[in-house]
Order: sequence, then structure tokens, then C-alpha cells
Amino acid sequence: MLIDTQNKMNGEELTEQETALYDRQIRIWGADAQRRLSKSHILVSGITGTIVEFCKNVVLAGIGSLTLMDDRLVSEKDLLVNFLIPPDEDKYKEKTIAEVCSDSLRDFNPMVSVSFEKGSLSGCEDGFFDKFDTVIIGRCSLNNKKEMNIKCRKRQKKIAFYTVDCRDSCGEIFVDLQSCKYQKKTVDGTAECFMQYPSFEEAISVSWSSLPKNVSKMYFAMRVIEKFEQDAGRNPGETSSEDLQKLLEFWQNMCQTNSLKESLIPVALLERLLVFTEEHPPVCAIIGGILGQEVIKAISGKGEPLKNFFFFDAATGKGTIEDISPRTDG
Amino acid sequence: MGDHVILILIDMDTIEVSNLNRQFLFRKWHVGQSKAKVAREAVLKFKPDISITAYHANVKDPEFNVDFFKQFNVVLNGLDNLDARRHVNRLCLAADIPLVESGTTGFLGQVTVHVKGRTECYECQPKPTPKSYPVCTITSTPSKFVHCIVWAKDLLFAKLFGDKNQDNDLNIHSTDATNPSNNVEDVFEYKADEDSDQYGRRIYDHVFGYNIDLALANEETWKNRRKPTPLYLKDVMPKQLAKENGKLDKQKLADSVAVSAMSSLGLKNPQDIWNLEENTKIFLEAMKLFIEGREKDIGNLTFDKDDQLSVEFVTAAANIRASSFGIPMHSLFEAKGIAGNIVHAIATTNAIIAGLIVLEAIKVLQNDAENYRMTYCLEHPSRKMLLMPVEPFEPNKSCYVCSENPLSLEVNTLTTKLKDVVEKIVRSKLGMNSPMIMLGASLIFEVGDDLDEDEAANYASNLEKVLAKLPTPVTSGTMLKVEDLQQELSCNINIKHRDEFDEEKEPDGMVLSGWIQPSERQTQTTNNGEATSNAPASTSSPDDSDDLEILDTEPITLSGNKRKVAEISMTGDSGPFKKSSATTNSIVVDIENENGQPALDAADDDVVVMVHDESVHRKKARSQ
Repeated sequence: MLIDTQNKMNGEELTEQETALYDRQIRIWGADAQRRLSKSHILVSGITGTIVEFCKNVVLAGIGSLTLMDDRLVSEKDLLVNFLIPPDEDKYKEKTIAEVCSDSLRDFNPMVSVSFEKGSLSGCEDGFFDKFDTVIIGRCSLNNKKEMNIKCRKRQKKIAFYTVDCRDSCGEIFVDLQSCKYQKKTVDGTAECFMQYPSFEEAISVSWSSLPKNVSKMYFAMRVIEKFEQDAGRNPGETSSEDLQKLLEFWQNMCQTNSLKESLIPVALLERLLVFTEEHPPVCAIIGGILGQEVIKAISGKGEPLKNFFFFDAATGKGTIEDISPRTDG
Repeated sequence: MGDHVILILIDMDTIEVSNLNRQFLFRKWHVGQSKAKVAREAVLKFKPDISITAYHANVKDPEFNVDFFKQFNVVLNGLDNLDARRHVNRLCLAADIPLVESGTTGFLGQVTVHVKGRTECYECQPKPTPKSYPVCTITSTPSKFVHCIVWAKDLLFAKLFGDKNQDNDLNIHSTDATNPSNNVEDVFEYKADEDSDQYGRRIYDHVFGYNIDLALANEETWKNRRKPTPLYLKDVMPKQLAKENGKLDKQKLADSVAVSAMSSLGLKNPQDIWNLEENTKIFLEAMKLFIEGREKDIGNLTFDKDDQLSVEFVTAAANIRASSFGIPMHSLFEAKGIAGNIVHAIATTNAIIAGLIVLEAIKVLQNDAENYRMTYCLEHPSRKMLLMPVEPFEPNKSCYVCSENPLSLEVNTLTTKLKDVVEKIVRSKLGMNSPMIMLGASLIFEVGDDLDEDEAANYASNLEKVLAKLPTPVTSGTMLKVEDLQQELSCNINIKHRDEFDEEKEPDGMVLSGWIQPSERQTQTTNNGEATSNAPASTSSPDDSDDLEILDTEPITLSGNKRKVAEISMTGDSGPFKKSSATTNSIVVDIENENGQPALDAADDDVVVMVHDESVHRKKARSQ
């Protein structure tokens, strides 16, 4: 309530242009939430098909600014999953993915400031993160994930942190909002709620045997693949059927070390994630949609954000939220 | 590999600014152009080598007949009204082509697969028809803001600016038949020496003052209800009464870009809730602007939510009436949403649903029938799930659409005209577009361009006859056969005579039944609805954002309990253009219609995507 009044007192109103363009979504989350969106600054690093879907969603929604980082050059594989890259080679050669995608995204909503940064996120100095209130990492290595998450957490300003990764026809989202207040609709109106999130490192340190039996298998499978890639010195997604044997041995060792049952993860799932590392476009849309919604919820402060993992597997058709948090946390 | 996909798009709508927050194939400069055509061009930009044809047309047009549908491997719907969905459902059944249906509202959405003989058809589970209100609630005893909107839009606005020949219930009050109605029609006609100001004020006093006083005279109505307050200008705006505005500068009006009462009066924010005096000023100013600035429109206007002045007028009128009846007033923004049946929509939900549609479409193309599923996208997780898959159900054996189940119609055959049965039952309830009605060997009624004069005259005269007095009398115990050749749907209706019908519960004056409730298990699933925003698993409680037509229809009475189905409504406005990976065969484009009008509205919008796959390869759904 108080936030609403303050905004009204600021005298900032949406322009006629904004009201007309955003009419259908203002009817969902209100003008104040729209205003808050228009002041948000989002950074995405690692431009995958899913990230591109996400970018499209938040640009359409009318965020303040979007900054893309990815120095890779466009490859054939990218063309298959990234609809922002024009098929004409002349248009994308010599340009990084970040640049090509920024150019395309600008068209989607002229009211949003879209730009790209050269370099890699891990090479940036800590102060760089202060420009943003939301940071999203597309597919990246285990260590990078941990590192970026810690950097965001260290800042004075609260930065919302997300990772997203899609392989085969599955996808995973991780959310870290640190401490979060949001408005929840109740029978009598709205209530203010509070949630505490663990960091990525804290979450994955939770002992697997302490987790409920029905936790999505994908959680475990993704961690195994992640660690395997890390230990083998591979770039994320650079695995193939040739690695299957090694992966299974790796998993067996993990089970022995941590007293886990091998049956915890179906071999078929591990194989899928290992071998078919390309993204599947419809799944990119689904995961990019869920992620977009989560980011919008967090920025607008309206609606309960998910905590703290989301999994989708087209094989089962289920989109599941898993709360993987250390027990001592509130 | 030579995977070759042919894509057909059908959409009758044009692009509007409010589409652009999610329909990302369109840009600002496309506003006004055909959605189907622009979508096609946008797709070709990043996928130049696909075959895609766009039809700027209504999917109910006769050219899209069964043979047309038979060309395809799968049909994907992104429609936003029940009527069109039912039509396509029937064509897909007739052509035996799988149909992937979908809908979204705000954060909610679902995707369902329909295959003849294997799963339920779209109509196996009854879909709630748009919400309607009893006429007396609208004309005499409103209790909610939506009632005031319906009054302002379908009665007052229609009476003042719409077709004068249309029946209008505006001056009908309670069932008290002693109201003198001989002078009623004159009230709305201009008096000889009246200027627009005087006319506006007179109308105001008549509908908000005099009519209320008349209604108050009937004590019975107000025994258990809060009495409305008559509103006269002399009380609401005593200072203004003496002011003579004179005629507006005609030149100024012609020059102004948008004729708007709000601009005139300096009320800038559509989210503000005006007080009674402000609403009154808007009302009078809007009336004046219509009369002086838009003379040629008067007499043939229908309410258009994109017509600023119409929205202002309806908002003000509804608010004044609401004020009179002690109902809270609303902002223009809110009123517009209600009056225009605006459905809230965002890019994210549509992207999710689009992705799910493609996943199902791929299964169809790969004949992966075992894995077809219905998927529901929830706003709040249920058992940890935001995306919930459900196995499709078997066809409902008593569905009159996909199984040939006979129906019964209770009707007063001595007083009901054929035309009412045609409108309320055949077209509306049964969703037939081009019906043919037979009794035994006699053809009682049909539509068609190729009728000769005698036939047409015969049918026209039949429409005006009561059932029992038709050349082949339709009486109790007879059976009508009703068909739509385009939809290839045929129904048998057993006629049962009944004298009386409850005005409130059976406003149609006839009741169609015979559809047996699907089993308990099936009631868990949510249904597509129309322009309503109820969350799944909630009973559909009436909501100010419900549909507004005064339809004299009621949802089909089911024999057995009248289950209120939760709804997730419509529009499959799904975003992304999926790039096909080398192994998948389908590309999907769904486009949405902005109107979101309920079934009976003429301004329909059809989005149908058909995928024709020349070489279906048997590949695992997940293979890369």
C-alpha cells in the first residue's frame, strides 16, 4: 500500500503511449507495477535460445534497460534456436551474438533501452554489477555460476540473480532473491510476505539424502552433469555420447562418496542431458516464459516468486518448483 | 534432410496498438494491417525457406470446408471465441484431423489435444456460454457495476446512437404492466427548438431521474432491496443549469484529432474514478460531442471499445446509474475493460502456451499418440507444479457433436416462433453457422446463397410462424433434424411442449437438454471459457469483469447437477515463431484477436494455423 502512495505522490504517471501499449498487461498488474518495471535494469550473460526468449519477453513488458553480454560469434547451431539472428550471413558475420541480438531486440519495443557489453562477466570488476537490479546467466560452468552469484550477493544493493539452462527437451531455472518482500493476494486484499533465499552454493550443498523423496530427478541429474563438465574441464554443453561411460563412472563414485543410491537418477535421463545438449525451441519458449514471469514478479513486487528451482521436462510434461534450501534458514 | 512444412494461417483481424505488448511479429507501423499477412512476412524474414500462406479471412467462411481441412496433418487454434472454436472442432472431426486447442488469460493457460475417436472432442465437456443477465436486472434492479455497464452500453447507448429500428428495453420497468408507454418513444426524439445542451440535459433527467421515480412507484420491487436515488441535474449540478454553452465551434470539432469529452473537460487520467458531478459533466459533454461532432454516426453506431467518446459516454452513464443505486463507481480504464470484454494478456504466458502447443503438434506429426496430453499453466503451483499435464479423456459417449446423441427441447410450441428456436438454440446453443432444419421429409428452414425467391420467401414466412402452426406442425412428440452441412454436424431434437418458463431462470423461454454429465473424474479439468478470468478450481463466481451481452441464453441445462466449471479462457495468442531444428517439422504462428467478444458478437476473430507436413519422419520427440 505504502509503495503505491509514494509513487502517486511522486507524480509520475505513465505516458499516453505507455498506457496504450501496455494496456493489456496493466490490467493484470496495475500501473504502479508497470512504472517499477520501466525503471528496472537487467543484465543477461550467455545468449542461448532460452535467454533470447526471455529477453523478448521482458523487452515487450517494458523494462527500463536490457544489457547483453556474449562475445561468441554466431554459429550454425545458434541459428537453429535463436530467432533474433537474421538468417543472412552478411548481417551477422564479424559481430558477436550479443551485438546481433541487441540490434534485433530494439525493434521489439522502442521504449526499452537495449545495449550490449563486450567482454565476459567474470572479467568485470565488482562495481559493474551495481548498474543492474537483475542478473541472469545463461548456460555457464559450475564455478562461474557460484562466482557470479557471490559477486551479486556481495553488493550493497540487492541484485536478483537467476541462472537458466536448457538441454534436450528439459530446462532448469535457479532463483536467488536473497531476502524478498512481496505482495500476495489474499481473501481480504493483499498481504505483505517475506522470503529468504539461499545462494546457489548453499542450495547445492544441501545433502541429497536429506531431501524429500519426490524431488525432481532433474535437479540431481543437472548437478551431476555440471560437476562432470567442471571436473573434466569442458565448456558447458560440450559433451557427447562418447562421455557416457565416464559419466556413469563419475556418478557411481559420487554415490559411493556420499552414500547415495544409483537409482536416484535414471540412467536414461543422464544420457539425454549428456548427449543431446542442444536446446529444443519450444522448451526455450516455455522456460523463457516462466523466467520472464519470475523476473517481472520480482521487479514489480507483486505475486509470490518461485523458490528456488524450476524444472520442466517435455517427456513428462511437468513444470515443477523445488525448494532446495538449507533447513536452518527460515 | 528434406523435411518440408507447409503452413497456413487464417485470421480475420487487423493489428492494434494494444496487441504489441505480446504479438511480437508486429510493429507499430503495422497497425491496421492484416495480422495473417504481416505474420507471414515476419516469419519469412527469419525463415525464408518455408512455405506459408496467409488468409485474411474468417475461418467460418464456406471456403474453409471439410475438403480444405483434409489437406492438413494438424490444426492449431489460437481463437478467442467459443463459436469459432466449436466450428473448427466440428470441421476437424468431419475431416478427421487432430486439433490442438489452447487458451490464455493473464497468467493462466492451457493446451489440449483432440483426436476423433481417441480423445474427447472440444465439445465433449460443456463449455460455459458467455455470462448473461436477466433483462429485469439490467433495466430495473441492478446490484453490480457490470449491470450498469450493460444498461449504459446495450440500452442507453444503443437507444441514443444505434439503430433506431432495433427493439430496446430501455423504458421497460418491472413486470408491472400498467406503465404508460405511449409517450415513451417521443422522449428520445429531438424537440423542435432544442439545442444539443438542452437535449442532453433532458435525456439525463429522464433516464436518471424520471425513470427512477417511475420505478420507485412500484413498491413491490423495493420491498427487500435498497431503493435507488433519482438524480436530477438541478440537484447534481445546480450551478451549471443556467449556463448556456451554445453550439460548439463546428470547425474546431472538425479539426480536432480525437473528439473526447475528457480532453474537453481537462480530465486526463483514465485511471481516476470521477465523482458524480464529473461523471455528469462527461455525460453531457459526450452527448454534445456526439450530436454536434458526429452527426452522421448517429443511428448506426454500435459500441466499440476503441472509440474513445463511446467509452467515455458509457463509463459516465454507468457510473451515474451506479451512483443512483448505491453501487461503487469505476474508472474509465476499468469500465472500458468491462464494456469491451477486454482480456488481460501478457507475452510470457503466451510464450509458454505456444511452446506447449508446438510440443503437442510435434507429437501429432510424429504419430506419438500415446504421449498426447493436456497441459495446464497455473498462476499458483498445485502440488509443486506450475505446468500440469493431464492425460486426455476418452470421447464422451453422449456428446451430441462427436457421438450422435439426441437432444430434447422443452418449448411452448403454441407461442414460440421458429425464428427464436433458430437463433437461441440452433445458432447459439448448437453453434451451427448455416443450419438446415427438417421435420421428417419436410425442409422447414435453411440458409444459402442459392435459394430461389419462392424458397427464400417460404423460409422467411416460416420463421415468423409459431412452431405448432408451421406448414408441417412442430408439436410435442415430433423430432426435428438440424444440420450444418459445412460443419458436417447433424442433431436430432425431440420436442416437448411446456406452457410456462421461469423468466429469471429460463430467460430463453425454452430449455435444451439431453447431454449427460461426463463422469466425476473429468470434472477436474478446467474448461475454456470466454473473456472471464476465473482461476481454475474456483467455482465461477460472478465477477465484474464477466461478459456483458444481454443474451437471452443460458448455459445448456444438463440433466443432473449443474456443475459450475472453472474456466480458463481463451485466446491462444501465443508468441514465438519457433525456428525448426533440423529434425522437427513444424513451425507455429498463433495470432490473437483483440476483441475478446463473446460468441454472439459479429466482430469475431479467427486464428487457425494448419500444418501440412509433406514428409513425416518417425523421430523421437526429443531427438536432436
